[in-house]
Amino acid sequence: MKYLILKHYRGGPAPVVDYGTMDTWTPEEVDAHVQFMRDFAARLEETGEFVEGQALSPEGAFVRYDGEGRPPVTDGPFAETKDLIAGWMVIDVDSWDRAVQLAGELSAAPGPGGKPIHEWLEVRPFLAEPPTVTE
Amino acid sequence: MNESLLRELVPAVIGVLVRRGADFASAEDAVQEALIRALDTWPADPPRDPKAWLVTTAWHRFVDAARAEASRRGRELAVQAEPPSGPAPATDDTLRLYFLCAHPTLPHSSAVALTLRAVGGLTTRQIAAAHLVPEATMAQRISRAKRRIAGLPLDQPGDLGTVLRVLYLVFNEGYGGDVDLAAEAIRLTRQLAALTGEPEVAGLLALMLLHHARRASRTGPGGRLVPLAEQDRSRWDTGKIAEGVAILQAALARDRLGEYQAQAAIAALHADARSAAETDWVQIVEWYDELLRLTGSPVVRLNRAVAVGEADGPHAGLAALDGVDPGLPRYAAVTAYLHERAGDLPLAAELYAEAARAATSVPERDHLTRQAARVRRLLRQ
Repeated sequence: MKYLILKHYRGGPAPVVDYGTMDTWTPEEVDAHVQFMRDFAARLEETGEFVEGQALSPEGAFVRYDGEGRPPVTDGPFAETKDLIAGWMVIDVDSWDRAVQLAGELSAAPGPGGKPIHEWLEVRPFLAEPPTVTE
Repeated sequence: MNESLLRELVPAVIGVLVRRGADFASAEDAVQEALIRALDTWPADPPRDPKAWLVTTAWHRFVDAARAEASRRGRELAVQAEPPSGPAPATDDTLRLYFLCAHPTLPHSSAVALTLRAVGGLTTRQIAAAHLVPEATMAQRISRAKRRIAGLPLDQPGDLGTVLRVLYLVFNEGYGGDVDLAAEAIRLTRQLAALTGEPEVAGLLALMLLHHARRASRTGPGGRLVPLAEQDRSRWDTGKIAEGVAILQAALARDRLGEYQAQAAIAALHADARSAAETDWVQIVEWYDELLRLTGSPVVRLNRAVAVGEADGPHAGLAALDGVDPGLPRYAAVTAYLHERAGDLPLAAELYAEAARAATSVPERDHLTRQAARVRRLLRQ
């Protein structure tokens, strides 16, 4: 079963720990955090559970159709108050429980003072292909 | 089996099929199939004459495909089952393939893919893996590109400028999947330089070699980006630097300066400095002036401001930014650096953080975040 682990720049439930933006940490704390993320993905590759991961720029815009012969309408940059996705990891695991366990581990990435940041991560199951055998 | 030796044969074999009457698109497909078969069977059963094997196998594939197509259309087949003996191979074949695959009517991404397949001899799977797209997507991109150039004569001089642009793009794509695209770009540019003798081709080759020489020192532990000034220069590949400099000097001596030679000259001046402090920034600024005159590029103007900042001090560097579009990628990073050098740490920290938000790659973003963190720590002390 595939799950999407979504990371947000902002939005979601209120943060448990106020860890600030990364540029307010020390360079060593930044390095430790980046290394943790790399190691986490490498470990999932080894267990055969990693599918892919991508990071998103905070820039961009909402876009919509505006009628025949007219250019699309854009709405951006994103408002400071809006939920903003920072990136994702797709995992292929045996159960929801395993997905939750892994997201929990990822949320323990180190922040200031090397302490876990307790970041809220969104975990979403993929809608799969219908099974061949249905009864 | 030496896979690169096999790949080098690909453009020549396509040329043979085309001269025997196959159209480019079918010939290229047939050679790709023969290549995949060769990769599969040669390790256990290497042929005595690899090129003859490829020509025969590809020709049979071409005839099979033409037959299938003919019967689908209910037409007589006009091609012979055995390859006729064509005229002696012309060395121009490969050069024409470069021009065709990088034809100015093709989008850059298609030209890159087609060049890697038809001139580079890579498989669709390898090209797809290097670009992190599904193989079916890459196959489609290549066949659309081939349809777009179908019917173009193979024997006309092409646009060397677009060929160089495509090779430059391949080089910048670096390393993905099991193929080293930077090394592949160097191989293809080296081959092109031997075919044309144009100073700008030599300039591009020199530029690639000089950058490639620094590759090992560009990333630190955990994939961290190491800026030029902090690189361990003992890890630079002196052989590649010497080769790049020699190629560049020979090109410059011909007195037909172009943008790649000017860029290579800047890279050579960096490579020539034993330490960052010994860099000849005054000469680098002069080369940026040449480059700006040749291209008028805003990105060159931005990079020139950094060099001016090193040669004449950060305030001169900031003044050189006058008129440069602040929307350019790396604009905030450049201003952050210049303001830090000028002693305005609070502004530098803000700008580094802004630059991190505007970064276009993860290593660059992490590097700029670390720079912001470093300056903020200085401010706390």
